[in-house]
Amino acid sequence: MIGLERRPQPSRAWSMATPLVAVLATMLAGGLLFAALGKDPVEAIRTIFWEPLFGEFSFYYRPQLVVKGAPLVLIAIGLSLGFKAGIWNIGAEGQYIVGALTGAAVGLAFYPLESVFVFPLMVLAGAFGGWAWAMIPAILKTRFGTNEILVSLMLVYVAEQLLASMSLGLLKNPEGYGFPGSRNLQHYDSAHNAELIAGSGMHWGAAAALIAVIFAYVLMNRHMTGFHIRLTGEAPRAARFAGVSPTRLVLFCLGMSGALAGLAGLFEVSGPAGVVSIDFNVGYGFTAIIVAFLGRLHPVGILLAGALMALTYIGGDIAQSNLGLPSAAIQVFQGMLLFFLLAFDVLTNFRIRLGAGEVA
Amino acid sequence: MSDVLLSLKGLTKAYPGVVANDHVSFDIGVGEVHALLGENGAGKSTLVKMIYGLVKPDSGEMVLNDAPYMPAEPRAARADGIAMVFQHFSLFDALNVAENIALGMENPPPMRDLAQRIKSVSENYGLPLDPFRAVGDLSAGERQRVEIIRCLLQDPKLLIMDEPTSVLTPQEVEILFQTLRKLKSEGTSILYISHKLEEIRSLCDFATILRLGQNVGACVPRDTSARDMAEMMVGAALKTPERGGRDLGPVALSIRGLSVPAPSAFGTALKDVTLTVHKGEILGIGGVAGNGQDELLSVLSGEVLCAPGEVLLHGDAIGQMNPTKRRKLGVLAAPEERLGHAAAPDMSLTENALLTGSVRQGLETRGMINWSRAKGFAEAVIAGFDVRTPGPGNAARSLSGGNLQKFVIGREVLQDPDVLVVNQPTWGVDAAAAAAIRQALLDLAAKGAAVICISQDLDELMEISDNFAALNEGRLSNPRSTQGLTVDEIGLMMGGAHGMEVAHV
Amino acid sequence: MDLSAINPVQLIAFLMVAATPVLLAAIGELVVEKSGVLNLGVEGMMITGAIAGFAATVETGSPTIGFIAAAVAGALLSCLFVVLTQFALANQVASGLALTLFGLGLSALLGQSYVGVKPPATAKIDIPVLTDLPVIGPILFNHDLMVYFGIALVAATWAVLKYSRAGLVLRAVGESHDAAHALGYKVVRIRILAILFGGACAGLGGAYISLIRVPQWTEGMTAGIGWIALALVVFASWKPWRALLGAYLFGGVTVVQLNLQAAGVAIPVEYLAMSPYLITIVVLVILSADKSSAPAALGRAFHASR
Repeated sequence: MIGLERRPQPSRAWSMATPLVAVLATMLAGGLLFAALGKDPVEAIRTIFWEPLFGEFSFYYRPQLVVKGAPLVLIAIGLSLGFKAGIWNIGAEGQYIVGALTGAAVGLAFYPLESVFVFPLMVLAGAFGGWAWAMIPAILKTRFGTNEILVSLMLVYVAEQLLASMSLGLLKNPEGYGFPGSRNLQHYDSAHNAELIAGSGMHWGAAAALIAVIFAYVLMNRHMTGFHIRLTGEAPRAARFAGVSPTRLVLFCLGMSGALAGLAGLFEVSGPAGVVSIDFNVGYGFTAIIVAFLGRLHPVGILLAGALMALTYIGGDIAQSNLGLPSAAIQVFQGMLLFFLLAFDVLTNFRIRLGAGEVA
Repeated sequence: MSDVLLSLKGLTKAYPGVVANDHVSFDIGVGEVHALLGENGAGKSTLVKMIYGLVKPDSGEMVLNDAPYMPAEPRAARADGIAMVFQHFSLFDALNVAENIALGMENPPPMRDLAQRIKSVSENYGLPLDPFRAVGDLSAGERQRVEIIRCLLQDPKLLIMDEPTSVLTPQEVEILFQTLRKLKSEGTSILYISHKLEEIRSLCDFATILRLGQNVGACVPRDTSARDMAEMMVGAALKTPERGGRDLGPVALSIRGLSVPAPSAFGTALKDVTLTVHKGEILGIGGVAGNGQDELLSVLSGEVLCAPGEVLLHGDAIGQMNPTKRRKLGVLAAPEERLGHAAAPDMSLTENALLTGSVRQGLETRGMINWSRAKGFAEAVIAGFDVRTPGPGNAARSLSGGNLQKFVIGREVLQDPDVLVVNQPTWGVDAAAAAAIRQALLDLAAKGAAVICISQDLDELMEISDNFAALNEGRLSNPRSTQGLTVDEIGLMMGGAHGMEVAHV
Repeated sequence: MDLSAINPVQLIAFLMVAATPVLLAAIGELVVEKSGVLNLGVEGMMITGAIAGFAATVETGSPTIGFIAAAVAGALLSCLFVVLTQFALANQVASGLALTLFGLGLSALLGQSYVGVKPPATAKIDIPVLTDLPVIGPILFNHDLMVYFGIALVAATWAVLKYSRAGLVLRAVGESHDAAHALGYKVVRIRILAILFGGACAGLGGAYISLIRVPQWTEGMTAGIGWIALALVVFASWKPWRALLGAYLFGGVTVVQLNLQAAGVAIPVEYLAMSPYLITIVVLVILSADKSSAPAALGRAFHASR
């Protein structure tokens, strides 16, 4: 009989090691999955993890890593603040969409005026859009005690419909010959989130992601607000005793994660995507949940996890074209990662004991 | 005196780092009220859990009615006629009395018949109960009745009672004892666990004393003085706290006509509470658990806000201030629940020191935390209150109850409060630590602070407080000087028998 | 715009069909939550049930086998949740999210070769005379069996929870796992059974979408129904009959907005399409003031210590 025994205190070593163990276990299980699909598992894993970094075309893929990783990290940093406090914003996808819409709308409103103020205004509008969208579940939670998980998620579907409506209506390109989608912001210099260093993939979104990582690190480790966030997650009653206002904390955490998701949306729509279109969102808001957990809700961990997840996206694309690996297989692969992580996490707080255990 | 019902032989149970029971042996006779006496942590709970089949002993054996007895689970124990009333009731608030009782039976009859049987048994034993009331709405004493009746419906041969009187007023205790004596007269054996010596002397035929997991002696309580039993239980002479000559200063804090609605469905509303505490005074607040103790502490700590003028500090209204602002003004508190309320279990002692010490100890400047000062403060608490731990980096959860309690109390005392509110400061704490904590409260009052000590331990309150008041269903009695207060008077202040019918056995 | 094209009798009949997937999933989740477990993976289990049921039906030609396969698939996926939350004691919210993300990916992978395939039709009951009755006939006597199964499941769940010992034990476990454990009940075993039941129900609900409601397979076709089922449990205050009422309300909103779309009402399609989600939020807000009937141990991990 295998029993679990609570450790006197959480193990730091296991806390660091579980993500690595989870990645290894996912590679094993993923390999089995790929083999079941009739692909060479070693080749598939190599293609996903090696090819983008060191393969023949890595000069093309490496910048792509930054492009894919930046929104994931930006969103996941925001989510991690709430998750730490037990506030579950799982509607980042919706906040991402709305941020892109409001940001793009501001940019398009100025078209064709060229000015250095256009892009900063778009950034503000994008952050505001995401923030405002996240304020809906936040205010409903604080005012009426409504479950933020369900409300934020419902708002993803609302935002998707809003996106469809906008790209077919208000924001549609008047010179687009009736095709759906907005003007391409890449062709509007003042609004274009261009690469900061040509060919590096570094755009303002990546810079913002790095700033967010540093900001979150300082907040969580050096500031009372971060301490209160952690305290609320660990022991809500102790947090209230310490003087934390649950209402303000909910508003802060949901607001921050919404604003960061909105920023990610704005940087995406004004840069790599370029246009507001029906299929603008590709699930970054959901994948960022995996990134946040895989990074142990720690800013530096999230940076690494975001890079890893971007790798699986790009590696998955390569495997799709080179080996014919279905794109859904990568989705399963990412899901597995979260599973293994949560499963191995038990070792942080418990010790496995073989022998006469007393588990009910 | 009579035949042996259950005989324990060399029961041993070890947990990592601690031997909870070390070769414990004794016999329980038929129709005997047998006391199991010992301090918190002496291994009483583990022992009865083994008898009840919740824990499997590492070695040793039990003999029930001359047959080997080793229950694999509580079900088996119940089938063999062993019943248990838990210290922390195993009841379900949202379910009604009959449903709760049905859950504790192997083959419950249909609900309607069961309700009828509950009525008849409860009246027969002088413990009236309505089978269809939700358990969450019952008082602590009534909840205990549910547990007892659940046991009685199974005609037990042995009834185990784990600290049954800790939730009762003196009058309620008397009702319970009448019931237990009636059971004994019918031939039921009772294993009575307690650390209250006077109770054991008045009720029990025989006592076994446990200390640190070992059987350290036995006695006939009626023929043994409380002092001798206490010394067997503790193993060393205790240092009693020194009562300093305290002069009461001007009023420090007062509450005027405070009413607060219940925070949750099964909480207690505070009704028209008025109290005054002076500088240098210790005001003791007694009462049975669940009569508004938590709520009163929350209102004073600032976790629950009230009308500004309902709480006054040196005459200034502070009812609307949050805990941080109150700490700045010198109003500190230490709640009852150590893990999860007073301290965050998985956080380090340094972080837990920061939890309430941030403002008064200058551990933060404009929101930025000074971790080295926080660590220094934690170390000061550890050193000043003899907290046994490898260091301030250890998680609060890793400390024993007594050590964590010393840390929690020490954290507030070292911040030099003007007013300190504590709830159950020595609950579940070993005698030495309890004495240290009481002494710290006395010293604090001697330095001129006002202390409000909420506790269910009447002996403790009589020992340290100048004035005494009692909470009963959210109302606070008028405070009285502890000088010359009798147990009967205290009982009446605590609400007498809570309007429960007195048993006619 | 032609509102006269909307036939009220048909509307009610469609409403019952539209409500069935969310009803099945919600009843399953209700039982899970009554045992004190919050499984946010309903969406993932539904979509897995949707593809499993679809594939099994297409391969065997029998919708019955399809529905059984869907229930088994939903329950199998919920086993992952069992491992995470009951054995590894992982956070239930995170585990539920993992289940949903994993289920969405898995179903997309399994469903690749089924895109665009038409499943065999599921038979509707046809009782001579009764089915042909005007008004009552189409509403009450002309559905597929799953519609009746859903209603029967509500009745059965209600009766079991209220009157049976199993139901009492389940409620007790959800109320306080520590007290239930102290009385000797197998908390983990009871919860595992509840979670498996929830998974099977969600699987059935998913298959109903892919086999009857739509009927075809597209990626992500459950489109948040699983989440609405979760909201429905709150709406129902954990009471089975109220879940039925809520499901019909939701079905009604869905059918009305589809009919308005078809009738070409001047409201843009996108705004009509978002209405079920918006109305779900509004209902949640109105009802979330009263949480007193929520199982007290909901979402808390249980570890039997000393």
